[in-house]
Amino acid sequence: MDDLYRDYILEHYRRPHNFGVLEAPTASYEGSNPLCGDRITMMLRLEDGVVRDVAFTGRGCAISQASASLLTDEIKGKTVEEVERMTPDDLLDLIGIEISPARLKCALLSLDTVAHALADDAAEQAEADGSASGAGSASGASSASGASSA
Amino acid sequence: MADLAATRAATRLDPHRLRTDFPILSTANRFGKPLVYLDSAATSLKPLAVIEAVDGYNREYSSNIHRGIYELAERATGAYEAARAKTARLINAPEPAEIVFVRNATEAINLVAYSWGRRNIGRGDTIVLTEMEHHANLVPWQLLVQEKDGDLEFVPVSDDGLLQLDVYEVLLHLRPKLVAFTHASNMLGTINPVRHMVEMAHAAGALVLIDGAQAVPHMPVDVQELGADFYVFSGHKMLGPTGSGALWARRELLEAMPPFMAGGDMIREVHLRRSDWNEIPYKFEAGTPDIAAEIGMGAAADYLLDLGLDAVRDHERELTRYALEVLPREVPGIELYGPAAEHRGGVVSFNLPGIHPHDVAQILDRSGICIRAGHHCTMPLHERFDLAASARASFNVYTIPEEIDALAIGLREVVRVFDR
Repeated sequence: MDDLYRDYILEHYRRPHNFGVLEAPTASYEGSNPLCGDRITMMLRLEDGVVRDVAFTGRGCAISQASASLLTDEIKGKTVEEVERMTPDDLLDLIGIEISPARLKCALLSLDTVAHALADDAAEQAEADGSASGAGSASGASSASGASSA
Repeated sequence: MADLAATRAATRLDPHRLRTDFPILSTANRFGKPLVYLDSAATSLKPLAVIEAVDGYNREYSSNIHRGIYELAERATGAYEAARAKTARLINAPEPAEIVFVRNATEAINLVAYSWGRRNIGRGDTIVLTEMEHHANLVPWQLLVQEKDGDLEFVPVSDDGLLQLDVYEVLLHLRPKLVAFTHASNMLGTINPVRHMVEMAHAAGALVLIDGAQAVPHMPVDVQELGADFYVFSGHKMLGPTGSGALWARRELLEAMPPFMAGGDMIREVHLRRSDWNEIPYKFEAGTPDIAAEIGMGAAADYLLDLGLDAVRDHERELTRYALEVLPREVPGIELYGPAAEHRGGVVSFNLPGIHPHDVAQILDRSGICIRAGHHCTMPLHERFDLAASARASFNVYTIPEEIDALAIGLREVVRVFDR
């Protein structure tokens, strides 16, 4: 049995949770790994600083798609701040299999894409408010995405 | 010419016997599985003759070339220049001075784009490429025409992986200054009719650069017969070390070209405000080169010539034919890309429906099978076939049919994992 391809990973790949288009998302982002052709669009509905709903579409390898399925399950109902604090290691723990260095980008694409969606949303908020607090949370989210691309 | 005749007369290649020349083939992976190396188009394995040539330089006569007045330095210079002569012989270049040592084919193309291109390509000038180029024979030209306000045109690829020569003929009516194409595709495996394409280009007044990275170690290449103007290849894909490669160009072209990089060894005379260039090829070899690697490349050229490039081509054609027969039969649903074995080198790209090539490669890795997965530095070609990525098995002199059987079994296992 291949460690990387445990039954639950393949199950999430074949029948991903939260797969589809979200009606009227308040934040969304299309992330990709051009080198492998993995592609994920994350759509989130944020209300009062909470992820009320999340969905994704995309195509790619089993690792990238199963990761998105697991991550969307995890962040639904969490506060934006909690999601922004998620690290690549948190996601890898969630995936629960050992990821080789070459596949790290596949595994972390989902979190990277969520971080971008939140950062864009925060930047828009900051622009709308003209306040400095929104810009602060945007930089927090983009540093999470920076770490995940290492 | 006698050498060439001897090469042609070489007998059949015995891959099982020559595998003992490659120490890495007796190693095993972390699960104890023997190595099944099917990624030779990325880089080839190295025979003992090459390993020992590199080792010999480092152990016995490590010293700089073209400088020292002592025995070691003379030995190093002699071995380095002998490697140049061997490399020239491999492609039947008229003289060793027309071989410029570089790090790889990529550097050779950049050298031509920078040196010849900047002087000869101007506003509105056209360069004709093809849709099947490796990024190495695409991006340097993109940079050049962006800087000079020139144009790129592309010969399209047909559904069965062949260049559409009727379109090529039309593109030549644009009177391009340069036509650059690959001798053999690193994704489809297609061996292009380069001699014919060179003739057509010359008739239209264009110079021709051929990317021979996927051709030189796999078939007889004779740059004089091809009539090319520039021919580039990498040492590490032809059983030589990484860091070795060559640009061949006709003497008068090299002599007219300005230096690519400046520094030591490429000059004849240096004054504070001006310098005179050294003769070819040294004009293009600034600084201390990768001496050991180029010496290794010379050993690889000798090794290939000893095997006989006709025998190598026959061997790889047979393997490819076998793979194209076995894989569709043993692996239901497999999609294969590229032309028939007659028109292709030892490269077979494929996909399993609904399974990403990275997953395919990862599962094969457990069985010790190494393949490439991704876009193989040919993103436009993958776009042409509407593919995000593909998996690729590629062969070399040491590849045996048993490894293709192992690949087929491995691919069935991949399908089983995903179907369970």
